[in-house]
Amino acid sequence: MQLSGNRDTQDPRPDLAGLRRGGEAILERICLPEDEARRLMELGFVPGTRITAGLSAPGGNPRVFQVDGSEVALRRETAACLKVRLAEDDPRIA
Amino acid sequence: MSACRGCTAACGVEFPHVSREPKAVALVGPPNSGKTTLFNRLTGLRQKVANFPGVTVEHHTGVAVLPDGGEIRIIDLPGIYSLSPRSEDEQVAYDVLTGNSTEAPKPEAVLLVLDSTNLARHLMLAAPVLALRIPTLIILNMADDLRSRGGGLDPEALSAELGAPVALISARQGTGIDQVFDFLSGAMPKARPKGLPVLQDVPKCRQWAGYVGNNASYRPPAPPIWTRRLDSVFLHPVLGPVIFGLVVIAVFQTIFTAAAPMMAGIRWMFSVSGNWVAHALPASALRSLLVEGVWGGAGSVIVFLPQVLLLFLFLGILEDSGYLARAALIADRTMAKAGLQGKSFIPLLSAHACAVPAVLATRTIENKRDRIATILIAPFMTCSARLPVYTLVIAAFIPNRPLLGAFLGARAAALLGLYLLGFLAATATARILKSSVLKSGSTAFFLEMPSYRWPTFRSLGLRLLDRAKIFLRRAGTVILLAAVLLWIMAHLPIQNGRMPAIENSLAGTVGRTIEPVIKPLGFNWKIGIGLITSLAARETIIGTLGAIYGMDPESQSMGLQKALQRDLTPSGAVALLIFFAFAMQCISTIAVVRRETGGWKWPILQFTYMGALAYIGALIAAHIPF
Repeated sequence: MQLSGNRDTQDPRPDLAGLRRGGEAILERICLPEDEARRLMELGFVPGTRITAGLSAPGGNPRVFQVDGSEVALRRETAACLKVRLAEDDPRIA
Repeated sequence: MSACRGCTAACGVEFPHVSREPKAVALVGPPNSGKTTLFNRLTGLRQKVANFPGVTVEHHTGVAVLPDGGEIRIIDLPGIYSLSPRSEDEQVAYDVLTGNSTEAPKPEAVLLVLDSTNLARHLMLAAPVLALRIPTLIILNMADDLRSRGGGLDPEALSAELGAPVALISARQGTGIDQVFDFLSGAMPKARPKGLPVLQDVPKCRQWAGYVGNNASYRPPAPPIWTRRLDSVFLHPVLGPVIFGLVVIAVFQTIFTAAAPMMAGIRWMFSVSGNWVAHALPASALRSLLVEGVWGGAGSVIVFLPQVLLLFLFLGILEDSGYLARAALIADRTMAKAGLQGKSFIPLLSAHACAVPAVLATRTIENKRDRIATILIAPFMTCSARLPVYTLVIAAFIPNRPLLGAFLGARAAALLGLYLLGFLAATATARILKSSVLKSGSTAFFLEMPSYRWPTFRSLGLRLLDRAKIFLRRAGTVILLAAVLLWIMAHLPIQNGRMPAIENSLAGTVGRTIEPVIKPLGFNWKIGIGLITSLAARETIIGTLGAIYGMDPESQSMGLQKALQRDLTPSGAVALLIFFAFAMQCISTIAVVRRETGGWKWPILQFTYMGALAYIGALIAAHIPF
């Protein structure tokens, strides 16, 4: 199962909040309660999907993400719960 | 039974009642799929707004007239991402589609509206809808966008894949609508889907949607270039907030200046027609009631129709164009400081038109505590019913001179200040609520950014018509009733066969009874009567004061201004403005809050809190010399 029942801050993997504008990553796991995880999946955040970081509100929070053909804005603390694998072919990701 | 055919009366057997009600069809789709545009296209002016009982969800029903003259009732369900009933929107949609709703009949067919430019993701909703085995037409909307951005698909292959008819249309341009009418007037076959995924498993549903899309040779369109270009301006770190501020200021400035000639026109019409009525009737109590009570009362409110409609026009343009979602994004940090979120911004912005739709609009906030907090602070926002009061007092006490060149006048600045005051009171209250009784942990926040689109005249026009009807109905009922009641109270008791002077009338007695309470605020008994009638609806105070100052409708506004200048000190005027900024003088809002929060607890708390704040605020203002 790709989701867990609680917020997992122990997971050492990188997350969406670390992505800068134009950065790309593959979603691995949503560390949020099931209801919220389902809602995000219905919006396109299904594990295995490629996500591109887009523009943001002033100060970088919330940020718009391009996912599965649409654009969805997430707050930094929510984005931090979306664990990702950075796209290897993308040099912009540190 | 067959022997009885044609002899019901004789046999005493009743045949099943043949319903004359038209067939009902439900319109279902995710948010931003263009569902409302299609609804407007199908039903035009034959639609009405209603509420599902017990829940917050507003729903529209309308009648579509088929080419053969037949009628179909269309139920526009709220925008949903899935059919698993978690939010109230989804619960309503689920109940209607499964025939468990008391408000709407079980639909005989479903029109499922999906955005063809985002087909794979939107197709996920097709799985639970098709699983209902109701006749379904899959409508792929925004075909014009899909084509112009180089995307495409094979509708027939998709239809074979889903076991249901598919129509590729553009609701905005009206292309392909005949396919929808063909479905509605045809036999409406039951959907026969094959190989539906496990509905609870979102990744499996997404996989299925992708597979179906591939088999229909779906080519996703290129990214929307104009949306990206516009976003790089509207979400620019510096330009974005500047444009946001300019948009807000421009809206308020236009409401104040552009409405003026239209308002003068309406005022002129009422004075001319009032005079005409006055001349046509013999002098009597009835004439006085008609001209001063009915005509004056209605006229003093209808004058503000242009301002109300302009505000709704701007809100409509901002929403339909897609800018409102960007504004919510920019506002999110500010809202977060008050303990709220960007999604509270949209209800709070609509509260500037009216708190009632704003309270209904809070349904998009999934967090219950955030939702109640937003409901509780929404009436602080400067609603259109306050505008007439503000306009009157500002025009009476603030000279019309430029403040920031031609861009911002002193009066518009004062108005803007009052909007700001309401906003500050709201955010401060939200902070208090969210750090005490309504404290909640942070929850996932998301906001979909739709592509920018040109708003259509059709949907803007229908929206304005809708609002004009609601406003006029209010003017025609609550406010008119208050005006007539007041007129009666101002003309009783009859003394020696003559009507009393205003201060000896019933209304005058009431006003002088409460005078000790409002005297510290700088208000006399005449304004006191206005405050009492404004408990029904804020704008009623104008008709009341107009009647009390004994002016005829002809010179009502000018006369009222002069009378107010005589009766109020500048400090008293500021106190009056502050009182109206804070107090919850609106029966409709109290009623809707009671319904939405499921009891009297919150509306009573809210009314008391806002009333106390209004009194204290006005008391302070009355003691500051201006």
